[in-house]
Amino acid sequence: MTSTPGSDAPTGETTPRPPERGPLLRFTRAERWVHWTSSALMLVCLATAGCLYFPPLAELVGRRRLVVTVHEWCGLALPVPLLLGLGSRALRADLSRLNRFAPYDREWLRAVRRRSFRRPAGKFNAGQKLYAAWTAGAVLVMLGTGLLMWFTRLAPLVWRTGATFVHDWLAVAVAVAVAGHLYQSARDPEARRGMRTGRVDEGWAAREHPYWDAAANADRADR
Amino acid sequence: MRAGGEGPPVGRRVVLGMLGLGAAGVAAGPYLQRAVENVASKDPTGLSGLLPGGGGFRYYSVTGSVPDRTAADYTLTVGGLVEKPVSYTLADLQAMRQRRIVRDVQCVTGWRVPGTPFEGVLLADLLEAAGVRPEATAVGFGCFDGSYTESLTLDQARRDDVLVALRMQDRPLAHEHGGPVRLYVAPMYFYKSAKWLDSITLTSTVQPGYWEHFGYDVDAWVGRSNGRDDAPTA
Repeated sequence: MTSTPGSDAPTGETTPRPPERGPLLRFTRAERWVHWTSSALMLVCLATAGCLYFPPLAELVGRRRLVVTVHEWCGLALPVPLLLGLGSRALRADLSRLNRFAPYDREWLRAVRRRSFRRPAGKFNAGQKLYAAWTAGAVLVMLGTGLLMWFTRLAPLVWRTGATFVHDWLAVAVAVAVAGHLYQSARDPEARRGMRTGRVDEGWAAREHPYWDAAANADRADR
Repeated sequence: MRAGGEGPPVGRRVVLGMLGLGAAGVAAGPYLQRAVENVASKDPTGLSGLLPGGGGFRYYSVTGSVPDRTAADYTLTVGGLVEKPVSYTLADLQAMRQRRIVRDVQCVTGWRVPGTPFEGVLLADLLEAAGVRPEATAVGFGCFDGSYTESLTLDQARRDDVLVALRMQDRPLAHEHGGPVRLYVAPMYFYKSAKWLDSITLTSTVQPGYWEHFGYDVDAWVGRSNGRDDAPTA
């Protein structure tokens, strides 16, 4: 499913950018820090979960007590970067962008269902908004059910059985969602550059995120 | 500059919806879990073993790697407060009187495997053969993974549903299930049934085992310990 060679617009990395279209600030340092620490913690949670859960990995790794301890503390720490990041004005603004659904977001979702490539979006497209909200909710549920399993005297047994059930199944769903997130980023080098360096090409922004106010105003970020 | 500041707060609704679903899942979990187990128990492909909580055993080891022992190099020692310390090869154990027990296996972490046959030598027979000295009141178990330990009181160890198991599910005990020889304590949570058993030591007091140093109950009766109320397995 690759596009015809040459049909893609050239990326900023292969073609020198015209001087009047400089890179656009997409994520501040604080936002990138929140993203990368959260992703590291999430990946450690998923990897250790696999070592606790899948027999072939469990047999390979063993060391059950160590793996459990790492899993518990990384899980507990998972919401911390975002909570600290709330001190950043840029991050709060992006959270409010992620929260609200504009008419073009519904259009984006319809376009996905019809496999159309006209997918209008603001700074975040509707898929990114849903992924962010779903993952935030899932992390909170995993945290709650994980605490019930960790501190066994916190609640009666039937709660713990239910918590284990939810934690196990939601873990599989989270793994699928994260894999989808990684797949999407693997397909878009410019989006990855945005999260790595904080800056993106204006042409890319105008194409992928036409309703992003910064892209629409050609509001160049200076450094 | 409140970009996207208008429009319905779908993100918040999704987060709250997830919290609601999570709470509903915790409430309905025990029933859903049973439904999943019912389906999985009728699955001839065994693929459902990959599902969360889909039944079957889970592999827990407390060390990085466990050496393989075969009939050629396996020995089980019975020592401590006994009249005559004994050492058994796998063939010695196989030549002794065997007993087969079919009970549910219940793990303290929640999973349960129904009707699992274990077969082996009664621990009581091995204690009898070594001659327990009067000052002994407890039995300690050591494992060739190098770390795991367990213990029972002498009365618990002499029960007729406590085995030094050589076979499980009517097959020789595989390495990942603690083979060639493991302990099997039918009435207790499965952490008492130490895998890769290679030593039995009579002691004057109960020495808490590996997980018991991390808060698990020493007397691990299924349904009457560890704050759990599972149906008893024996």
